[in-house]
Parts: sequence; C-alpha cells; structure tokens
Amino acid sequence: MTDQTMQNQEAQSGARGWGVFIAWALIIGILALLAFGLLEANRGPMRIGEPAPDFVLHTFDGDQIDTSTLRGQVILVNVWASWCTTCVYEAEDLEKAYQMYRDQGVVFLGVDWSDTETKALEYLQHYGITYLNGPDLGGRIYKDYRIKGVPETFIIGPDGLLSSMQIGAYASLDEIVRSIEVALDS
Amino acid sequence: MRKRIQAGVSVFFILMMLHATLTVRAQEEQPTDDEVNAIAKKLYCPVCENTPLDVCGTQACIDWRTEIRLKLSAGWSEDQIIQYFVDQHGAQVLPEPPAEGFNLLVYILPLVIFLAGILVLVQALRTWRKPVEEESTTAQEVGDPYMSRMEEELRKRQEDV
Repeated sequence: MTDQTMQNQEAQSGARGWGVFIAWALIIGILALLAFGLLEANRGPMRIGEPAPDFVLHTFDGDQIDTSTLRGQVILVNVWASWCTTCVYEAEDLEKAYQMYRDQGVVFLGVDWSDTETKALEYLQHYGITYLNGPDLGGRIYKDYRIKGVPETFIIGPDGLLSSMQIGAYASLDEIVRSIEVALDS
Repeated sequence: MRKRIQAGVSVFFILMMLHATLTVRAQEEQPTDDEVNAIAKKLYCPVCENTPLDVCGTQACIDWRTEIRLKLSAGWSEDQIIQYFVDQHGAQVLPEPPAEGFNLLVYILPLVIFLAGILVLVQALRTWRKPVEEESTTAQEVGDPYMSRMEEELRKRQEDV
C-alpha cells in the first residue's frame, strides 16, 4: 500500500468521522427539541407553592397592571370569557368578594380569554363587575399559567407563590373567601 | 293654504326618498356572509382545536365572526383583521405558524433531516461497495506465490477456452 493511498484513506476516515459526528449531533438536537416540546405540552396544571408567572394586564380602561409590582399583596387572577357558560356562576360572587377585600390590599384581576371586547364589556356590565379586567393579549397568560379552559382562578400569595387555584367555577362565595383567607394568612 | 300643503307634501316625499336611498346604501355597505367567511376560514377556533372559524358553531366563534363583520364594515382589510386576531389571541389562531423566530425550525428541520438522510444513504452505499474493491486489490498486492500461480493458471485456461 503506498503512502498516497494511506493518506487518502486517513482523509476519508477523518471526513467520515466528522459526518458521523454532525449526524449524531443533529439527531440528538432534534430528539432534545421533541422532548422539550413534549415536556412543555404535558406539564399539567400549576402546582400550589410554584412561583406565579408575572404578567402585564392591559385593562379595558386603558391602564396597565404589572403583577411584579404587586409583591406583598394577595392577587386573585380570574380567567374568564363572555361565551363561557360556567363563568357566569361565579361572576357575582367574585364581585362580592372584591367588595369585601378591596380595602384589605387584595388585588382582583380579571383576564378575558379568546373573547371580543364588545361582548366582554357587555358581560362585565351585566354582572356588575368593577374590578380591573383586560384581555389576555396573544394568549400569553393562558399559556404561562398552563390553563386548559375557562374559568380558572389563581390566588397568589404576598410572596409571589401560588397559594391556591380553582379549575372551573367556584361553587359559592364562601369558597372564594376561604381561599383568600389562606393566602392572607400565609 | 294650498301652497303650504303642497310644500309640506313635497318635503315629506323628499325626506322619504332620502331615507330610502340611505337605507339602500347602508345595506350595500354591510359585508356579506361570504366575505366574512372568506376571512373566517383563515382563522381557527380558540376553543375547539383544528376547527376553522367559518364552520365552528361555538359561541366564541360566532362572536369572532361578528367581530370580523364589524371590522369589515369599518373598512378594515383582510390582512389587518387577521393581524388583529393574531395580536389579540396569539399565532395559534392561524392555520400554520408564522415563519419567524423559533417557528422557523418547523420549516427548516424537515429539509435538514432530508439532506442528512441523503448524506447517510450516500455514505452507506460507499461503505457497501468498498470491501469488494479492497478484497480484489488485497489479493493482488499480497504477493502470495501460490495464489499468483493459481491466478496465472486460471487466466491461461480461460484464454485457451
């Protein structure tokens, strides 16, 4: 075997080595992406004690509320829609709870998901809701809070951790009060 | 007196004609269902997955179609309306993700995988062919006297035949 042949073979095996390396890197990269996507999709609902994602709510009144500036206060985040048939069961109770706790530093935020502004405003007026409400622009809050449907309510403690959550409508005003009291005591 | 009655009747008819003209114009400006559905079919229901807005019967979709109608009446273009829904509800309302940012992977990865597949196939074909070539060259280059004589004899016999 000549030196030239040996050099050619070495060069070929070197190129093949790089090719194999790149192919494996691609395969591992794609698998990692798929795994990440699957994990994200199947993370399930938020857990109590988990840090609640911060968000900025652009209210229907034109204000902006940044939840990161509300640290130290209890925040109730209710995600709803005007077309949601079960949201109406808790609408008036939420307003009553707001009237009870508005002077105790509890912030109520309504997040309107996949709705039209006209219908949302009609809904708010119909149920006499006066706390801050705004649309979930781009569906970001829905995604960050891993929501699967409306209504869902999240109560965030003064430490910014999730104190309690309600999937579906609250059955009564007492349920809302109990959840807020737990957050206030924490 | 008669003149006043005539003037009153004339004013009444003029007002009636004006009203009729305005009504017809208002009806003409209303977008048709087809116009609404042409945009609605390019958007997807937020509640039922994989259902285009034009065929979805949920209240959310009915409200969205009403919103499209209102925007069309206000003179918005199709692109403006679609962009409005994307801004309000996110890119998931579109039938396919926009080719930007992380979403670019959706469009690039299949091509990369296809090219990688071709590369692997070419490499595999080369590997399958190589041992045959190597065996024949090795036999000649080994220089075994017994094998050389054997090959020489075989060649001669083939020539004789």
